[in-house]
Amino acid sequence: MSRLRDWPIKRKITAILLLSSGLVLLLTSAAFVTYEVVTNRETIKIQLATRSRILAANSTAALAFANAADATELLAALKYDPHMVAAALYGQDGRVLATYPAAAAADLIPAAPQPDGYRFEGGRLVGFTPVAQGENRRLGTLFIASDTKAVSDALRLSGVIAVAVLAIAMLAAYALAAALQGRISEPILALAETATVVSTRQDYSVRATKLGADELGTLTDAFNQMLGRIEDQDRELRRHATDLEQRVEARTHELSERNETLRRNAAELLAANQELDAFAYSVSHDLRAPLRSIDGFSQILLEDYGAQLDEAGQDSLRRVRTASQRMATLIDDLLKLARVTRVEMRTERVDLSAMAQDIVADLQQNDTAREVEFTIAPGLEARADPPLLRVVLENLLRNSWKYTAKQPRPRVEFGSTDANGGRAFMVRDNGAGFDMKYMDKLFGVFQRLHSASEFEGTGVGLATVRRIITRHGGRIWAEGAVDQGATFYFTL
Amino acid sequence: MNPGKILLVEDNPDDVALTLRALKSHNITNDVIVAQDGVQALDYLFGSGNKPASEDLPAVVLLDLKLPKVSGLEVLERIRNDDRTHLLPVVILTSSDEEQDLIRGYKLGANSYVRKPVDFVEFTQAAKQLGLYWLLMNRAPPTPRKV
Repeated sequence: MSRLRDWPIKRKITAILLLSSGLVLLLTSAAFVTYEVVTNRETIKIQLATRSRILAANSTAALAFANAADATELLAALKYDPHMVAAALYGQDGRVLATYPAAAAADLIPAAPQPDGYRFEGGRLVGFTPVAQGENRRLGTLFIASDTKAVSDALRLSGVIAVAVLAIAMLAAYALAAALQGRISEPILALAETATVVSTRQDYSVRATKLGADELGTLTDAFNQMLGRIEDQDRELRRHATDLEQRVEARTHELSERNETLRRNAAELLAANQELDAFAYSVSHDLRAPLRSIDGFSQILLEDYGAQLDEAGQDSLRRVRTASQRMATLIDDLLKLARVTRVEMRTERVDLSAMAQDIVADLQQNDTAREVEFTIAPGLEARADPPLLRVVLENLLRNSWKYTAKQPRPRVEFGSTDANGGRAFMVRDNGAGFDMKYMDKLFGVFQRLHSASEFEGTGVGLATVRRIITRHGGRIWAEGAVDQGATFYFTL
Repeated sequence: MNPGKILLVEDNPDDVALTLRALKSHNITNDVIVAQDGVQALDYLFGSGNKPASEDLPAVVLLDLKLPKVSGLEVLERIRNDDRTHLLPVVILTSSDEEQDLIRGYKLGANSYVRKPVDFVEFTQAAKQLGLYWLLMNRAPPTPRKV
């Protein structure tokens, strides 16, 4: 079956045409032959019956007189018909009176008459005809046997005719099929060829030839339309690919340039950092030493020569000492700020709530005189560098502690809130607050919104905090109003 | 009571004066040997071409880090690498508390690290406590036997 399926379409069409026309012709021929045979058999039966009746009518006298000689002579006339094989006349008693041929072999003639009628029997047509005088005086029976050559002749002839017609018709059908199958197979083959070209050469510009407006034509049109669309899309795709390639190339180039810049920047940064390191180291060692001398010798003056100085002189020396100590604090804070930038970050999960608790406990322990109401939200966690984050929380909480000093019922809250779809931590107090128009100065180095007499400080803390938050990739901002407290928000 | 000597390694004369005054104000008047740089300190401890090493080791070395010629950390390293001095108490007394100094100081075997306060009152307090602790409270390591 699969063989048949794999046949080329041409052969399939031819085979179908030949098969269907052959089947029709075969059936027609069979009907024709059958008809011929049946008709012939009926014809010879009627002929035999007619002949039998004539002969029977002529035989009445011979039978009435039991004249065997006459009877034999009568039957002998049958010789003129070569199909007549045998005949016999039976008397009223059923005995054979005469036979044809005169000396017929015993097996040709039945011993006794059989029921009247005509029938085919053993390749012969046999008939028993009553011989009667008048209407109902039966004298005997006539038996005639004829061969069926006429029938077989007719069968042979019609068979030959049928075969000849079949052969000619099949040839004609084959020729016709060969001539006409092209009408169907050619467009299909053309389509197949086009499809092969398209798939092997990836060439979407070829088109199948339309050979008619039938379904195959529609198919060809649809195929061509499809090819057209594919061609368009292919072109579009190639254009995009080229475009993309160019963009990738441009981007790669840009990236490599940027990389180069980055590498240079990193090298510069490293150098700058190393310089900063050296600078900070030197500041740390060398800048504090003179301050120590200033403070120390001022103190020595006060101790040893205080008596020789008046109140103004002593006050001046005390101011010198205060200033030098303040400068030492400034240097320390600046060094801390620098360290925050230089120190290597190691992030891990940090429990901010616990850290805040710890810091608050420290604050309270160092200044037991104050009572500040702290509210710390539980379970606040983040990924951060623990020591740096501690600096952040310490600064913010310490600020809140500091700036709520003049508030009768100081409250400080540490928690988290939603900010721009993310989570921000916040430290809120009800202290001195600040004017929002100075917001941009809040995080600047040495920028202070309060005088030292009001609230002491160096103006480095929030700058340090912002630097740490920035290093964590986060953001810090604040809200506040004068005497209405401040809220600092930061993300990590 | 003779609690031994202090070797003060300090290049800044002001700091020397202040330290001596601070110690003196608390009656720690023991011999304070001042070495003005690393080389002098090493010469005192180990001797040099024309001078033998000191007979007695000091009870404690107060060591500044930023010193001309040979730095404080190098001095410390030499002290720890020598059989005669490798148990000698050394207190780093310096201006800075840079992390790198702290780490290196302790790695090299410093016994203590004290940052000099700028406030002279605090400085005096620190000097007093250092003197009291290292000269009176602390038990010195046994003196190594002379070879």
